[in-house]
Amino acid sequence: MLMLRCPNCGVTADETELAPGGEAHIARAATGSDDAAFEAYMFGRENPKGVHFERWRHAMGCGKWFHAARCTVTMQVFGTYPAQTLSPPDDLLEKIDAARPGWRWRDLGAGHRHTHDHHDEER
Amino acid sequence: MKRRYSAFAIAREALRHHSGWTRTWKSPAPKSRYDVVIVGAGGHGLATAFWLGRNHGITNVAVIEKGWLGGGNTGRNTTIIRSNYLQDPSAALYEKSRSLYETLSQDLNYNVMYSPRGVLMLAQTEHEVRGYRRTAEANALQGVETEFVGPRRVKELCPIMNIDGPRYPVLGGLWQPRAGTARHDAVAWGFARACSDMGMDIIEQCEVTGVTREGGRVTAVSTTRGEIGCGKLGIVVAGHSGRLAEMAGFRLPIESVPLQALVSEPIKPCMDIVVMANTVHGYMSQSDKGEMVIGGGTDGYNGYNQRGSFLHIEETVRALVETFPMISRLRMLRQWGGIVDMTGDRSPILSKTPVENCFINCGWGTGGFKATPGSGWAFAELMARGESPLAAPFGLERFREGRFIDESVAAGVAH
Ligand SMILES: [Zn+2]
Repeated sequence: MLMLRCPNCGVTADETELAPGGEAHIARAATGSDDAAFEAYMFGRENPKGVHFERWRHAMGCGKWFHAARCTVTMQVFGTYPAQTLSPPDDLLEKIDAARPGWRWRDLGAGHRHTHDHHDEER
Repeated sequence: MKRRYSAFAIAREALRHHSGWTRTWKSPAPKSRYDVVIVGAGGHGLATAFWLGRNHGITNVAVIEKGWLGGGNTGRNTTIIRSNYLQDPSAALYEKSRSLYETLSQDLNYNVMYSPRGVLMLAQTEHEVRGYRRTAEANALQGVETEFVGPRRVKELCPIMNIDGPRYPVLGGLWQPRAGTARHDAVAWGFARACSDMGMDIIEQCEVTGVTREGGRVTAVSTTRGEIGCGKLGIVVAGHSGRLAEMAGFRLPIESVPLQALVSEPIKPCMDIVVMANTVHGYMSQSDKGEMVIGGGTDGYNGYNQRGSFLHIEETVRALVETFPMISRLRMLRQWGGIVDMTGDRSPILSKTPVENCFINCGWGTGGFKATPGSGWAFAELMARGESPLAAPFGLERFREGRFIDESVAAGVAH
């Protein structure tokens, strides 16, 4: 059974205690966006065979949202991190680099490290 | 040219120690180019190739497969065939498919063991009663024979069912008498044999590793058995559609999740219909060998592990045991998962793509087997002529246009 550590309360919870929330770090298409942008926001998904970033909620525990990085093939969990961020933390990305050389997810992974999302967060 | 299968052929072969049977389909090396290359030798891919030849006279076709023929979701489903959908485009497509199953054994000269034993979808909440009554009315308008039946009729149709369950009482059901099951492997094998007989090449152990494009058109696919040129490319690979689309240079509104099933030890005949219970995420039928074939729910998160999360098995079996108390002592022999490709509206995609001569057939989610012949029929028409009345509502552009075919509400979970 899949187990994830909730970064909000520190509990390592079974899958039955958690509610999956789909792909992480999806920015809402803003008002005035064209149809293509809204389609991408509503239905465009990464669907990777490998490293994936997701939202989860500790539904039967503290009730709070968080993020997880997981392999969709082996179910290996690389780590969890708080919901209040626009992209995964660098130490987690380094951990995934070590475990899965050459991985890629959107503009993350293999040679694309420092994204503008990080800077947004720092402002 | 291979011999026809018949009672006479069995008698003839019996007299000569079965020495005259030939391979069901040939296993050639790939040629350098085909008019049409279909990626994926599951039921849908093979059916597409078959109707390309039968209806449109296109026989210079290769069907290439990374594993073995029918080894993906074709060999992993619970073999249910039905067409009791709510929306008109779905009912048209699935009813076409169901009607093709009626004569498929004769059309293919291969016994696909179509068994129109009837499918009963249980209504276990007031909402489901209302929903299925509505579906029955919609089906009447669509020309699909279904009927809403009360609890007493449910009990007559399936005496082993406990209709007074305290938690999930049976309030009625949507009954489709000409729905049923077929032998899933035989469907793939039968199509493969017929395709091979028309001179098409079915190439197994041949994984696509890249798609070569020139000026917005596909010119070839790179595979583990060399480069294969193509006039048109059809992608029919279910859970791995997103991977293929990425190689061809476009994106799909698809997420892949494992869907599970399990079978029990064989027991004496006790249930001669298919029962689906969407409230409790479970469905069951009895195979000709006597095994109870049980389908469960999908994982709530993306996965490619062909195994699925065990908690879904627990949920499904727990609920089914309440509805079918006699299965509580059955031992389960096997459990497995298949990777299903889910779209936002839970309806399939039969579509042209941003790449001019590349077509995609995917998104069948949890309910593709029933659609196998109809999907192939419509997709072959789309590939051959550039348009198909059955496929038209299922284009990729519907997600941009907000023109959904919303079966996620209509069909519940089991689909
Ligand atoms: Zn928590």
